[in-house]
Amino acid sequence: MRLEPIANPSPVRRLGLPVLALVATLGVAMLLALVAGANPFAVLGQIATGALGSRLAVLETLNRATPLIFTGLAVAVAFRAKLWNIGAEAQLYAGAIMAVVLGTGALGSPWVLPVSALAAMLGGAALLLGPVLLKTRLGVDEVVTTLLLNFIMLLFVSYLLEGPMKDPGGMGWPKSTPLIPEARLPRIVDGLRLHWGFALAILAAVVVWVIQTRTTLGFEIRAVGQNPEAARFAGMPVNVVLVKTALLSGGLAALAGWSEVAGLKGHLSSDLSPGFGYTGIIVAMLALLHPLGVVVTAIFVAGIFVGSDAMSRAAGVPTYIADMLLATALLFMVLAILLTKVRVVRG
Amino acid sequence: MTPGRTEAEVVLRLDGITKRFGALTANDAVSLTLRRGEVVALLGENGAGKTTLMNILFGHYVADAGEVEVFGQPLPPGNPRAALASGVGMVHQHFTLAGNLTVLDNIRLGTEGLWSRSYGGAREKVERLSRDFGLAVHPDAKVGRLSVGERQRVEILKALYRDARVLILDEPTAVLTPQESEALFATLRKATALGLSVIFISHKLHEVMAIADRCVVLRHGRVVGEVDTHATDKGALAALMVGGELSLPRAEAREPGAVLLRLEGVSTPGRGAAPGLQAVTLELRAGQITGLAGVSGNGQAALAEIVGGLALPASGRILVKDTPVTRWTPGEALARGVARIPEDRHHQGSIADFDLTENAVLEAYRTRFSQRGWMNWRAARGFAEEIISRYDVRCPGPSTRIRLLSGGNMQKLILGRAMAGGPKAVGPTIILANQPVRGLDVGAIAYVQGQLIAARDRGAAVLLISEDLDEIMGLSDVIHVMSEGRLSPAFARGTMAARDLGLWMAGQKFEDAHAA
Repeated sequence: MRLEPIANPSPVRRLGLPVLALVATLGVAMLLALVAGANPFAVLGQIATGALGSRLAVLETLNRATPLIFTGLAVAVAFRAKLWNIGAEAQLYAGAIMAVVLGTGALGSPWVLPVSALAAMLGGAALLLGPVLLKTRLGVDEVVTTLLLNFIMLLFVSYLLEGPMKDPGGMGWPKSTPLIPEARLPRIVDGLRLHWGFALAILAAVVVWVIQTRTTLGFEIRAVGQNPEAARFAGMPVNVVLVKTALLSGGLAALAGWSEVAGLKGHLSSDLSPGFGYTGIIVAMLALLHPLGVVVTAIFVAGIFVGSDAMSRAAGVPTYIADMLLATALLFMVLAILLTKVRVVRG
Repeated sequence: MTPGRTEAEVVLRLDGITKRFGALTANDAVSLTLRRGEVVALLGENGAGKTTLMNILFGHYVADAGEVEVFGQPLPPGNPRAALASGVGMVHQHFTLAGNLTVLDNIRLGTEGLWSRSYGGAREKVERLSRDFGLAVHPDAKVGRLSVGERQRVEILKALYRDARVLILDEPTAVLTPQESEALFATLRKATALGLSVIFISHKLHEVMAIADRCVVLRHGRVVGEVDTHATDKGALAALMVGGELSLPRAEAREPGAVLLRLEGVSTPGRGAAPGLQAVTLELRAGQITGLAGVSGNGQAALAEIVGGLALPASGRILVKDTPVTRWTPGEALARGVARIPEDRHHQGSIADFDLTENAVLEAYRTRFSQRGWMNWRAARGFAEEIISRYDVRCPGPSTRIRLLSGGNMQKLILGRAMAGGPKAVGPTIILANQPVRGLDVGAIAYVQGQLIAARDRGAAVLLISEDLDEIMGLSDVIHVMSEGRLSPAFARGTMAARDLGLWMAGQKFEDAHAA
């Protein structure tokens, strides 16, 4: 068996295969539900109603989608340049730390929100600067460095929560001093839980899209990602482009942590992110690295998580089904993308 | 070698082999016979079709026409296994060994079952073969630790282990030191004495004279000569190889202008098997096409990188219009009016999944098609449309992905992009054309070459790098030859016979000049 490239895939192939991937994912989900001893159709239905069945559910899904949009954008931007940033998780925590540093009384209104947002982005960008410089100067694999930084960062957060940032009124819980009210992101509509972080995430997606399609930097990022040799030959400063990409990517991931602290939690804890940084990779891949697509897939992924929580309470099927669902969705989608580009030939 | 060899049994017969790749005919009705105990050299320039022919023989390619017979039996096409089984062994130019396995394991690889751990008589057989053929190499050494010469011995042992009676060696000395080459020749003499037959692919004349009994010369995919090596000399072979009947220059001679680019004693470190430049001094003059001839892999790539701004010399200077350059990058070269047509249009000259508009503005997007970081796509598209119509790029439109274009049309777009650089009214002042017509059809070749001549007539200095001597002799006002990173003196148009160029290309004349 070997793979043969297809020069010009037909629309049926390009649209049909991803749909087929989605159907196959649902099939696997139903199989899993069956194994868990539940009615597969009921399980899928409960996931759907859990995610979208009420106004509360929808808002919960959108809240959950907010950090995923940011981390998904961070990954999409970096992967577009073939810069493999696996460290969105660490950059997220860098943003969260900056939100706490500036948001617990160091600055007053009205400056605290914009300044802490900017500081968060700088923090995330700075965290990715080391790996990208190691890559461009010494050829160190950024997959390894960014991945390992995630663990270093998590330990650093634990240290902060046990030491300098420990909440005196926290009753021993590992969490930081709470943010002052001026440092909190307001809700979009009074009385509803959705905060302005979500609107900001949508705005970020549009900005990234404009950068990619309308600016010289976007052109350079795409060129370097597609063919660094040709980009260099054409006179593009390939390493500078990679560093700029890293700064943008790190900044976006940091906004995820910043908006979780300033918009949702109001304090930093070591369980702030249930792997938003890693899930961002799935979000970006499912969106085929398209920034506007990231918004859609982030909401889809958030819906599966929120819906699975609700389903689990009702049907008694473990919430692990959400992880299984996303994993199979990603695998099938990657396979579908591959098969739009090549066909399998026998012999 | 022996007087009676013409009566010896024919072990291999290729009959009327023809193979086309698109518009290119790589092999055109090639026939060849090989007898028992004989070394036949397959001589020809790069691109003459030597490797294609051997890949057909070995079953890597399927010929469009023609037959292969081994020991009187027809060989099924496209089946390397059948070729192996019939006793044909091939030693590739690039070795196919696993570096983390031992010599013995590499030799056994593919001959034993997947799960078999027993070495049987393998070790004894390998030791006997290496004794008989003078191929000294330790069977338990890891291949990754071996020298290039030793690895080649392993490749030959691998073929012998599979009972090959016909050995095909593709440019075997390209990677060897002279001493290692001598050892290889000794092995080949032992092999033929034991009744094996050898096909020896090369473009090095002295080696062909030293080892081969007969020599088959290929040129543009055709057999242009078949001679006994003891009845010929290097000069005659060189003339056959590059063709005595070179066509007349198509570009009229012109009065050269000022020196626009000057390399002074430029040296670069070698990279792997590719030699670096050795104190190269080169002048490119306005209104002149400077041709650079040479067998590929003799430093042309390093020179192209220097001129194109992709590399800095380790020593020596680059002067643009008498001013030494301090910063030298592709962007800097472009800004100083250097236009580049790269050797590899697929990987260096274009981005496959970008459309024609994006590829057209790759070099000038900052200077001409953007303002304060915002791309002006409307202007970019207009520019692409202009190139498409002026350079006759056949395509559905500027939003077509460039990977869907034929090589000729892709090259026309790259040419148009290059020619649009430099000062507006004049165009580029220095043009680096590296293999500009390789793989193109006849019409596209004439077009691209005509554009280079037109640029020269406008006053540009053109550096034309090519392995095709016809092209070099037809277009160049002055010619240099490169061999192993060294640059020959400049020869004016018409002062150099193809035969002499061949000797410079083979490195022979450098030795003579050095000795004198």
